[in-house]
Amino acid sequence: MTKARQPLGQRPALLTMSHVEKTFNGNVVALRNMNLTVNEGDFVSLLGPSGCGKSTALRLISNLAHPTSGNIRWAGGQGADDLGIVFQEPTLMPWATVAQNVWLPFRLRGKSYNDVKDDILEALRLVGLEKFLTAYPRELSGGMKMRVSIARAMVTKPRLILMDEPFAALDEITRFKLNNDLLELKEKIGCTVIFVTHSVFESVFLSDRIIVMAARPGRVIHELEVATPYPRHEDFRTSAEYAGYTRQASEALHDAMGEAA
Amino acid sequence: MSIADPAPPMIDAEEAARARRARINRIAKWTLPSLVLVLSVLSWHLYVTIAEVPHYVLPGPVHVAQSLAEDWSVLWPALLITGRLTLLALIMAVLGGVALAVAFTQSKWAEMSFFPYAVILQVTPVIAIAPLLQIYVDSAFLAALLCAWIVAFFPILSNTTIGLKSADRNLEDLFTIYGATRWQRLRHLAAPSALPFFLGGLKIAGGLALIGAVVAEFVIGRAGTGLGLASTLLEASYRFNFGRLYAALILISLMGVVIFAVMSIISHLALHKWHESALKRES
Repeated sequence: MTKARQPLGQRPALLTMSHVEKTFNGNVVALRNMNLTVNEGDFVSLLGPSGCGKSTALRLISNLAHPTSGNIRWAGGQGADDLGIVFQEPTLMPWATVAQNVWLPFRLRGKSYNDVKDDILEALRLVGLEKFLTAYPRELSGGMKMRVSIARAMVTKPRLILMDEPFAALDEITRFKLNNDLLELKEKIGCTVIFVTHSVFESVFLSDRIIVMAARPGRVIHELEVATPYPRHEDFRTSAEYAGYTRQASEALHDAMGEAA
Repeated sequence: MSIADPAPPMIDAEEAARARRARINRIAKWTLPSLVLVLSVLSWHLYVTIAEVPHYVLPGPVHVAQSLAEDWSVLWPALLITGRLTLLALIMAVLGGVALAVAFTQSKWAEMSFFPYAVILQVTPVIAIAPLLQIYVDSAFLAALLCAWIVAFFPILSNTTIGLKSADRNLEDLFTIYGATRWQRLRHLAAPSALPFFLGGLKIAGGLALIGAVVAEFVIGRAGTGLGLASTLLEASYRFNFGRLYAALILISLMGVVIFAVMSIISHLALHKWHESALKRES
């Protein structure tokens, strides 16, 4: 199932945002002239301070909101199972078991549990929770809940997974562990990820492209490339290379803050 | 936790004291209220006997128990009538309240148009509506039923309406992304989110249905309901038959307790697996 990732620049485009603007109430510019091409296999991080429009961008991509002007196009059109999403909170249904929660995307398409049982098991195995099928969310730790949420997002094998600061509320030990696991997962299922974060360290560790955004009005001001090849492991965190990239990203972020001020 | 050599359980003085307190609490929870009951019945009996209070002023507990046994042939059918009235009103309140709540959450226009009138119906004292119902509704039983229903249905309506709207916003978004239909949204998201609210409303409505039934029997009287417990009570008071009056009162009160207990059990069964309110706090 592992798909070899092609080098940046040779990947076919998956999603193109061109001249996308979003204005709330006619005067609050949440996003100004955003142009972004996400390629198949990219791990793109949107990095920026609060109010820079990164969450707005995710809402536009997921069709929960519509651009005031500009457009967002999927290469080959968007299929029903093409998008998965992970929110900052695990967002599980407390009344449903772990297996039922992961079943949800299929269930809403009218697929019975038995038809997709194998996919559900496979997704839970990938996040290491195959033994918790019948557990209720309240019985799980914060990190485990987030894993269920990730399993739900990838159970349909989507082409694109959106993640909106998914690990921001977790403790650092759990966050590092989930960062490692997320990279491993991505290699296994070969999907594309857009990851919203305000952590420089997280964005460098995870992504091969970092889009730095500034606030008021929300806009893209830099794009960084993290050329370190995957798989990346724990030792990458302490390497000089990593330190170099985080410095670059921090400086870009400073720029973003400076411009905003 | 896995420790190399399994040590015997370590119970220090504090833990032992905690366990002892827990045990005492468990026993006291039942014995103390029982003791209070026994003591108050006893002092009631002693007061009536020693002060020689005539039974048409305050019957002693023995006299009430006698009435309860002797008048059972009157009280039991009365209990069935009041019970049926209460239960029917409650069932109608659940059906009507839930249906209206669903309609309100499906259509903003329906809510804007009708919610104020549901409130007016609720805040108007039922005792003031009952005589009107008696005039306009031919069947007196139906009038009594309507009366009990009006009181019971509002908590179900308002709680269920709030509950249906209380679904997690991110889950709402998730359902949108996965293209859920209106029905799927109601069935898989709004309804389970509303369940704890609905059950809270049901507990209140159960008690109110009984109150509504009693008020209806008082106002509309035996013509409406046959001779229910409340009508029996009223009649007994006219005849200074205080033994029967107290017996009827005790039965009404017992009915209220049973309704509350049944609602609590239903609520526990529905929620104990997942809802915070039904979980035991870890020590």
